[in-house]
Amino acid sequence: MTKPLSAPLEVGFDYTRSLGPTLSRFMTALRQRRVTGVRGSDGRVHVPPAEYDPVTAEPLTEVVDVASTGVVRSWSWAAEPLEGQPLDRPFAWALVLLDGADTALLHAVDAGSPDRMRTGMRVRVRWADDRVGAITDIACFEPSDEPALEPLDDDGDPVTMITSPVRLHYRHTASAEESSFLRGLAEGRLLGQRCPACGKVYLPPRPACPTDGVPTAEEVELPDHGTVTTFCIVNVPFLGQRITPPYVAAYVLLDGADIAFLHLVLGCAADEVRMGMRVEAVWKPREEWGPTLQNIDHFRPTGEPDAPYDTYSQHL
Amino acid sequence: MAKQQAAVVGTGQTHHAAKRLDVSMAGLCREAVDRAMADAGVDWPDIDAVVVGKAPDLFEGVMMPELFLADALGANGKPLLRVHTAGSVGGTTANVAASLVQAGVHRRVLAVAFEKQSESNAMWALSVPIPFTMPVHAGAGGYFAPHVRSYIRRAGAPEHIGAMVAVKDRRNGARNPHAHLRQPDITLESVRASKMLWDPIRYDETCPSSDGACAIVLSDEPTSGAAAWIHATALRTEPTTFAGRDQVNPQAGRDAAAALWKQAGITNPLAQVDVAEIYVPFSWFEPMWLENLGFTDEGQGWKLTEAGETEIGGRLPVNPSGGVLSSNPIGASGMLRFAEAARQVMGRAGDHQVDGARTALGHAYGGGSQFFAMWVVGSERAGVR
Ligand SMILES: [Zn+2]
Repeated sequence: MTKPLSAPLEVGFDYTRSLGPTLSRFMTALRQRRVTGVRGSDGRVHVPPAEYDPVTAEPLTEVVDVASTGVVRSWSWAAEPLEGQPLDRPFAWALVLLDGADTALLHAVDAGSPDRMRTGMRVRVRWADDRVGAITDIACFEPSDEPALEPLDDDGDPVTMITSPVRLHYRHTASAEESSFLRGLAEGRLLGQRCPACGKVYLPPRPACPTDGVPTAEEVELPDHGTVTTFCIVNVPFLGQRITPPYVAAYVLLDGADIAFLHLVLGCAADEVRMGMRVEAVWKPREEWGPTLQNIDHFRPTGEPDAPYDTYSQHL
Repeated sequence: MAKQQAAVVGTGQTHHAAKRLDVSMAGLCREAVDRAMADAGVDWPDIDAVVVGKAPDLFEGVMMPELFLADALGANGKPLLRVHTAGSVGGTTANVAASLVQAGVHRRVLAVAFEKQSESNAMWALSVPIPFTMPVHAGAGGYFAPHVRSYIRRAGAPEHIGAMVAVKDRRNGARNPHAHLRQPDITLESVRASKMLWDPIRYDETCPSSDGACAIVLSDEPTSGAAAWIHATALRTEPTTFAGRDQVNPQAGRDAAAALWKQAGITNPLAQVDVAEIYVPFSWFEPMWLENLGFTDEGQGWKLTEAGETEIGGRLPVNPSGGVLSSNPIGASGMLRFAEAARQVMGRAGDHQVDGARTALGHAYGGGSQFFAMWVVGSERAGVR
């Protein structure tokens, strides 16, 4: 069997995080080159602060200043830094117990080499030049017995929200059956498969019939025309949208298929699209074809009489 | 099947709003949890286990809420479970928590569900462009609108039914101090004049995007003045697509309802259920789910709505709290339905109390109408009628 097709899938979003009262004070202090913790019910000072006590679950409110210097309690060498990490050169991830704190903070230590790292070593905060009220205001820690830079008061507003960007890089791989379908599309063909048990024709084909659980193997070539079973008119714009609204997103049931798929209908006014309308594919120019359903630019009305409701009602 | 009886002994929910910038996710959950524990008259040592549910991870970019919320949910040193069934998750979470009591594993369980929609973008999260496919997806509204059109065609329903549901639920929401949208002056005309978003679904027929949380305390014995006894629970699932799938009246929903009514000893749901909190994120889903749940025959649900029978005071008040159309913190929306059903039979529903409510339905669905969760709660122990 030929190799399944795959393609990159990039997912990215800048999530926001409302901080609530406790973390708001922590982030605001970082902007001023101060590190703060919170005192728990058992007297321990938690850094970073816990919003709720790990023992009693009660809200914690007693903010305590701790030092910007401390001791490495444990560490691990990151030889190949990844996107989004604190440093772009090899560094140590370390649990740092700041002076005055009872719990350790996880952060990067810019030691240059694992030979310079050891448990028990003294480190200090290397403050970022431009601080915004985020954990990245601590650029990293550095080996040192000296104090860190002095706090720098500001009269800015309290930090109440942070932005937390997420970037995911996937490789999306189609199944072997979908890959055959996609390679067919690259040649302008619509290749479905018939279930040997129920006889239903799936387009795109699946590795197995969802109803019978058996592999489908018999290939069925389908025509590029069919019936709109149902549809909606998308009038609403949104982040990441690929087609400019308004557009008609319609379920198209190709003649001979037993399942409809979602595609675009153009070629008439949106409010003229009907359930039962007969449509045909409008293919992009052949030189633009690839292994994708997007080779079909859209479907357009054929002008035939509408399909009777009974012919597609079981596909709704 | 002999099992331990379980009851809701306390419920709590946040004030729901488009943006709850004043609290963290932990703080949002605690607002609901603290109210539920106060309602139940219990404290942390009384809680044996915690079950948490939230919306799909991309919705708010939080993959493991059970890790970072353990402190806030008082779960350290206790069993903490996370449930995940898309939009129905709040209902499923309540059912899982109930099963822990019914099975005799724990005596008192705290169930929590939440969502901070303001920290993400659900339309974006539901429309990630998968390679090789047509990028025609347009969020939940875009997914459900074609199936709403199919319902209208199949049932021969008049066009104004969707607007009637919107008016009813938003006016009900105006009686609910926790509701996100409170619109006492909404009218059929104003709904029908609102913008068509995903034709045939209009803006005013669409749920809002909310921040909010809900919590429930379940117990084997009453802990405060009132209890909502669990008479039946049901969960069912089906694939998103297969040839011949009924997208309007999904089999999983029909099967769940049949199992639910049987377990609850209910033979005529319309006559025997006093109030229903049904997951209606787009107004047309009221008549669709009335049929799917077996309150009416297929194709007849809209007639119950049109006759005003789903209003407070009708034969079957549906969503007296204002429902999902008035508040939609997605991860919590299902649990809100379950909690509101409990509040009704506990007599604690305030200004949206249905007089004499003794038997209530809580219902949720999620994914592409794939996951169904429901329970029946009553003012008396199961088996006592
Ligand atoms: Zn089959």
